[in-house]
Amino acid sequence: MSGQLVVAQDLPWPPSVNDFYPPAVAGPWVTKFTLMVWLAVGLVIIFYMAAYRNPKLVPSKGQWLAESVYGLVRDNIAREQMGNAGIRFAPYFTVLFSFILITNFFSIVPGLQISPNSHIAFPIVLSAISYVLYLAVGVRKHGLLKYLKMSLILPGVPWPMHFLLVPIEFLQNFVVRPVTLALRLFANMFAGHLLLLVFTVGGFVMLSADNLFVQVTSVFSFAMAIVMAFFEALVAVLQAYVFVTLTANYVGTSLAEEH
Amino acid sequence: MYLAAEGGHNPILPIWQELVVGTIAFALLVFVLLKFVMPRMETMYQARVDAIEGGLKRAEAAQAEANQLLEQYRAQLAEVRTEAARIRDDARADAEGIRQDILAKAREESDRIIAAGKEQLVAERTTIVRELRTEVGTLAVDLAGKIVGESLADEARRAGTVDRFLDGLESAGAR
Repeated sequence: MSGQLVVAQDLPWPPSVNDFYPPAVAGPWVTKFTLMVWLAVGLVIIFYMAAYRNPKLVPSKGQWLAESVYGLVRDNIAREQMGNAGIRFAPYFTVLFSFILITNFFSIVPGLQISPNSHIAFPIVLSAISYVLYLAVGVRKHGLLKYLKMSLILPGVPWPMHFLLVPIEFLQNFVVRPVTLALRLFANMFAGHLLLLVFTVGGFVMLSADNLFVQVTSVFSFAMAIVMAFFEALVAVLQAYVFVTLTANYVGTSLAEEH
Repeated sequence: MYLAAEGGHNPILPIWQELVVGTIAFALLVFVLLKFVMPRMETMYQARVDAIEGGLKRAEAAQAEANQLLEQYRAQLAEVRTEAARIRDDARADAEGIRQDILAKAREESDRIIAAGKEQLVAERTTIVRELRTEVGTLAVDLAGKIVGESLADEARRAGTVDRFLDGLESAGAR
């Protein structure tokens, strides 16, 4: 009974924001999060290098997997959103997708149990790159002025409406897009981790309660934690897909001739 | 907020070291993969598309070419057949012509021979007639002399003389 109490006291309850900030391994540069990012980079590089060390027309399993990811991004995201012009961007989108996917999956990998993307810094980096990418593509394709005009001024609208529409369009294209891109990924991973914490830690807390009934019901809490882990896997894939799809969509609108 | 007060972290504010690490790490990832893997991936992708679609296209092209060749051979065969027929017809016509030529020449030749024979006959006849004329003259003179010389005594002798003359005449004519 006393041992159970010690466990309960060790576990932080209720889960708080501080659970997302474990103590640094060695200073602010070497933390669990930075190490996980390096790990993700290493894993993705090793995976693709190994899979594509010796590519063949009839692929091996690893090569097939790598090509499936590439094919998904190339045909179902880049070409779907941008037409044939998107194929040019498919390599970058594939890297982006792979990176987000694996970092998201860290949230349910035993031992890691949290995604680097639940620290907003990493989604900000990714969305900033997407932001710069679609602005650069737009400016390069149309020139700065024409791109601004295309982005801000809706064709076929009575001119007084522009007083209302131009600020809205500006917000939409130059502020809301990158911010939501980063926030969406961050919030999903943050909330997912919080949910897992609630049900897992909550289960332990219930187990260490004095009441037998509460101890028994902790089973439901653990079961819910398992369900949430699967849900988290789904969210991991979905958010990676959504992030890359939206990036492709934004780059596609920059390339488009009309508004 | 007690959370922020307690831990000093606001989850909406990024940690700047993480921004730097994230940028560098992701840049490295992008650089390595875009340089060493993705171009080959696209190449392989194209190669595979080409292998599948291209295989079908090549098969279709080969089929089309085969059909075209077949048509061409058929056309050539028909051409050759008409050519052969034409040559046969020509040969037949030539043979007919040659036959006609030979026949014409033979007829001409025979005509020529017949004409020459007739001419010769005419010539011989005239010489014979001429010779006969002179001979008949001398014979008549001979006969008249004999008749006169025999003095016409005997009817029988006279008849014999005439017979001998005529024999002589016949033998002369038969000569």
